[in-house]
Amino acid sequence: MIELIEVYKTFNRKGISNEALKGIHLKVEKGDIFGVIGYSGAGKSTLIRLVNYLERPTKGQVFIEGKALDTYDVKELRAVKRKIGMVFQHFNLLESKKVFDNVAMPLILANKDKKEIQARVTELLEFVGLSDKAGSYPNELSGGQKQRVGIARALASNPSILLCDEATSALDPQTTQSILQLLKKINKEYNITIMIITHEMSVIQEICNKVAVMENGEIIEQGSVLDVFGHPKHPTTKNFVRTVIQTELPDRVKQSVEQEADYRLFKLEFVGETASEPILYNLIRQSDIKFNLLFASTAEIQETTLGNMVIQLTGDNEKINQAVSFLKANGVEVEEVQEI
Amino acid sequence: MISTTITADQFVQAVIDTIYMVGMSLLIGALIGIPLGIFLVVTKPGGILQNKWVYSILNPIINILRSLPFIILLVAIIPFTRLIVHTSIGTNAAIVPLIIYIAPYIGRLVENSLLEVNPGILEAAEAMGATPFQVIWHFLLPEAFGSLILTLTTATIGLIGATAMAGTVGGGGVGDLAISYGYQRFDSFAMVATVVVLIILVEGIQSFGNYLARKARRN
Repeated sequence: MIELIEVYKTFNRKGISNEALKGIHLKVEKGDIFGVIGYSGAGKSTLIRLVNYLERPTKGQVFIEGKALDTYDVKELRAVKRKIGMVFQHFNLLESKKVFDNVAMPLILANKDKKEIQARVTELLEFVGLSDKAGSYPNELSGGQKQRVGIARALASNPSILLCDEATSALDPQTTQSILQLLKKINKEYNITIMIITHEMSVIQEICNKVAVMENGEIIEQGSVLDVFGHPKHPTTKNFVRTVIQTELPDRVKQSVEQEADYRLFKLEFVGETASEPILYNLIRQSDIKFNLLFASTAEIQETTLGNMVIQLTGDNEKINQAVSFLKANGVEVEEVQEI
Repeated sequence: MISTTITADQFVQAVIDTIYMVGMSLLIGALIGIPLGIFLVVTKPGGILQNKWVYSILNPIINILRSLPFIILLVAIIPFTRLIVHTSIGTNAAIVPLIIYIAPYIGRLVENSLLEVNPGILEAAEAMGATPFQVIWHFLLPEAFGSLILTLTTATIGLIGATAMAGTVGGGGVGDLAISYGYQRFDSFAMVATVVVLIILVEGIQSFGNYLARKARRN
């Protein structure tokens, strides 16, 4: 679908070269909502601009539907671009044209006839919930409405891919939610592959099924959102995950644990089904070790529940080991930790 | 009783001459200047049709023409004027240098107007697979429209000033009247009258331009 192989991008400005991307490998499958997250300057905007060749790679290749973009001539490339919609952080709508004409623009560029344009734009405005705004100018709309126009415009030419460059970063949390739900609907109803660039982990959590974490022009971690959220490896990834899933114990709890002696600490992780079953209840009932729950949190990612817990077990070592085996047998990830 | 050496007919003729010179040179100047400005923007380094050669030839030519004071340009190109309109005196003879004066000026102003267009809009156009012509026609020009109207307003007012010097080649117009009667023959009335006409003309054009620009920008 979208594939980047060994992609490098170097910008040269006034003799100073800046390596924006260093050897990117990335594969987005059809139907994915693929999120790319990173702090400012990580290279994510450059990355998404390579997918529709707004920027050309210095080295390496970009494949769309299995075909390398550098094998197309200028005219063919324009045809490819028409099959890739793009949504921008600052909307980039034509201020001088009405909402209707903004949405119609890709069709006008493709020389479609008026009747077809009228029908398609009406349908799109309805889809994004702006039927009543067809005759308004962009400066009469709110940020969320502008982005809906941007999305409708991006969908006008029936693209198979939708690129979102920080599409929600200029919006308030509530509007962000509604735009994300709209993107999800687009992905499901039209089966459009979506690639989304963001610095907000909540965006990834909300709609993505795959994620790549970027830093300094490199992808430091990628995979299914559940894997990356459940087991972040790189410190930057951990920082991002921490913004949506709490894994740190409050200081007061830490202090009270430190005062006690003779105990063992375990980090537990529940995924999916295991998070909703009464495993701990069963454990407490059949074992006579002292059980203390220090911390617990749950989060929902892609309709899967992800639970984190820290427990303190005090008692006979043999019995504690048995308890751990019991938990593992029930599908809970258990990790013994020395300190928290 | 006001004493003056000019007649009403003379005065009306002068106003007509001025409007004719300004109108003609504005029309032809805009037809040359607007494409010139577009060329500058698109061939600029980083432009949608980046072309080092075209840009590095156009840019200095415009600078050279822009740096010549109009009065010098007027006399310097007399042979060229004669070639075009077969005369070097009169209103039509004044229009040739006026065009050469105003076209690069408009070109530069248009360039500035177009550069003000949000680069994000051009990026969106490129992402939609627009051809360079489509980018200019559907994105660049409509977005800069209000600003382009103000550009032409500024150019028109600049032209009115320049026509005052057209008298040097017998071009006529109110400016010429002010110099040859008001200044050289100490006819205060002629001087005051032409100044008043010029003020009304400039004020009217500026207000009209502002009005159109406001309408184009819808605020």
